[in-house]
Amino acid sequence: MQKKVIFRGRLLPIALLAPQLAVTFVFFFWPAGQAIYQSLLREDAFGLSREFVGLENFQEVLSDPTWLNAALNTVVFSGCVAALALGLALFLAVQADKSLRGATVYRSLLIWPYAVAPAVAAVLWLFLFQPEVGMIGRGLRAVGIPWDYRLNGTHAMVLVVIAAVWKQLAYNFIFFLAGLQSIPASVLEAAAIDGARPARRFWTIIFPLLSPTTFFLLVVNLTYAFFETFGIIHALTNGGPAKATETLIYKVYVDGVENLNLGQSAAQSVILMIIVIALTAIQFRAVEKKVHY
Amino acid sequence: MATLSLRDVRKSFNATPVLHGIDLEVADGELVVIVGASGCGKSTLLRIVAGLETPTSGQVVINNRDVTGLEPADRDIAMVFQNYALYPHMTVFGNMAYGLKIRGLPRAEIEKRVKDAAEILGIGALLERRPKQLSGGQRQRVAMGRAIVREPALFLFDEPLSNLDAKLRVQMRAEIRRLQRRLGVTSLFVTHDQVEAMTLGDRLVVMNAGRPAQVAPPMEIFSRPADTYVAGFIGSPAMNFIPATLEEGGAAARLAKGTVIRFADGPRPGPAGMPLTLGLRPEHVVPGDGPDSVPLSVELIEPLGSETVVHGRGPGGLAITARLPGAFSGAALPVRLPAGHLHVFDAGTGRRLDP
Repeated sequence: MQKKVIFRGRLLPIALLAPQLAVTFVFFFWPAGQAIYQSLLREDAFGLSREFVGLENFQEVLSDPTWLNAALNTVVFSGCVAALALGLALFLAVQADKSLRGATVYRSLLIWPYAVAPAVAAVLWLFLFQPEVGMIGRGLRAVGIPWDYRLNGTHAMVLVVIAAVWKQLAYNFIFFLAGLQSIPASVLEAAAIDGARPARRFWTIIFPLLSPTTFFLLVVNLTYAFFETFGIIHALTNGGPAKATETLIYKVYVDGVENLNLGQSAAQSVILMIIVIALTAIQFRAVEKKVHY
Repeated sequence: MATLSLRDVRKSFNATPVLHGIDLEVADGELVVIVGASGCGKSTLLRIVAGLETPTSGQVVINNRDVTGLEPADRDIAMVFQNYALYPHMTVFGNMAYGLKIRGLPRAEIEKRVKDAAEILGIGALLERRPKQLSGGQRQRVAMGRAIVREPALFLFDEPLSNLDAKLRVQMRAEIRRLQRRLGVTSLFVTHDQVEAMTLGDRLVVMNAGRPAQVAPPMEIFSRPADTYVAGFIGSPAMNFIPATLEEGGAAARLAKGTVIRFADGPRPGPAGMPLTLGLRPEHVVPGDGPDSVPLSVELIEPLGSETVVHGRGPGGLAITARLPGAFSGAALPVRLPAGHLHVFDAGTGRRLDP
């Protein structure tokens, strides 16, 4: 049912498209182009001289053990964030989908964290997990766990994962809840009459019918974990201790902004961009093949 | 195979009662149709039998086993939904095999049963398709197939034909009846369509506002409706209702204009002057002039081909519909109200008055 609108002349359609095209150009194509251009140059820290080095920056980045460490961190971090944020959000959405007393209150409360800025979220969790003053931090020490995310890399990773998951939970929750509510009640009733118990109904009916939502959220969550968690890591751990929580995006910042190594930082950005484009393409291919509806 | 008993089943949603005590016995292999206008509680009743709703009080007994507190899964029933409720992510085979897999039947047995059912329903070639790729009639068949492969004690149908177009509906109606006879499964069928009800049911339950107005075989409901609701609901066009009063001795009724009609089958109990409602089906209204005929001014003529429905108005604004064989044209139509076809109801309670 597509309606074709035919404009007379060219000016009006161009004028209507211009704002969107301008935004895309200024905020995506231009910086992306700059990054690609920069990644082929070597520049001194003061920006006084630059020379063209071809793919040398890429070679150096890919053979740099600290970059490989960041890549590994990113895999662990993104995997944990996506798995936990999706799993928990699905669990909460299934609970909220039941006809509960006060379900609307419960639902709106769960949506709130999405409105909290990443840095604020980080500070919030910092207060909770701070070893000397944080409630949870002190609690962990009281039960004999030598909790200190400032010294222990694993602890630091756990902390940034928790904060990043908490921040993303609300978004996933909304989508899962909407997905659950779009499953016709009669289909579930038919399954109940066919003899399926609740757990079986979930895994054989609800979960497959949610798969379009799940795949979409997986893409969004991985992108989130790759790029948008910078603020959380920056505020919580600064990538430390000993680069234990330095992800690829954080390393781009460290090398570009702090170390002023623009060429390598740009090369890392380009690699990151390629990774995310590839991930998304693979996922969409999978969506087409595996997701029914 | 199975019997079904409902014992004083009541249901209220919050404070609103929707079912006021339903008692029903369904014999083995019988197809009982629950028919009524929307909101009369018929779907709620079916859902209670299925176990999708819990009755506020009363018992549901299948095969002498009280299943009131049991999950739908434990009741040995199958249900066909109005929107078919097929599993969109499974093939036709998957849809039909789902319940059997849960029961843990061996694979060969599942395949045999699904193939057999698909053969009966003529959907053998569609087994690898998904519901999205099927037409409405095919989906309907798959929904039926999913019900019959289970070989349940009881079939429940929740307005399964309402989403089909008119032609397909007539075809599926006949098919459901044939299938139910062939399999001999006790069935409960909910519909708002009186034609479906009349043609399908061994017995009908006509529901009115949460109460069964009449439970009887279709022809008895048609020829001896228990009250004015049933009389008006079953039959198309609807029965004519004519206000009247009872004459002294109960042997006759007096119409508003003074015409007296003697009952053909004997006197009715009741005091003289008791208000009555006389019912006469449109096909029993006879055109003809005479001393006690009613003159109608014709308002609307509906030609149906083999017959013509004439809507007219008598003296005092009395609306009367007549169904005449063949064609009709004209502005006036005198009709007679043959006493032999009159249904007599108490105008106060609406109940049928028999001699």
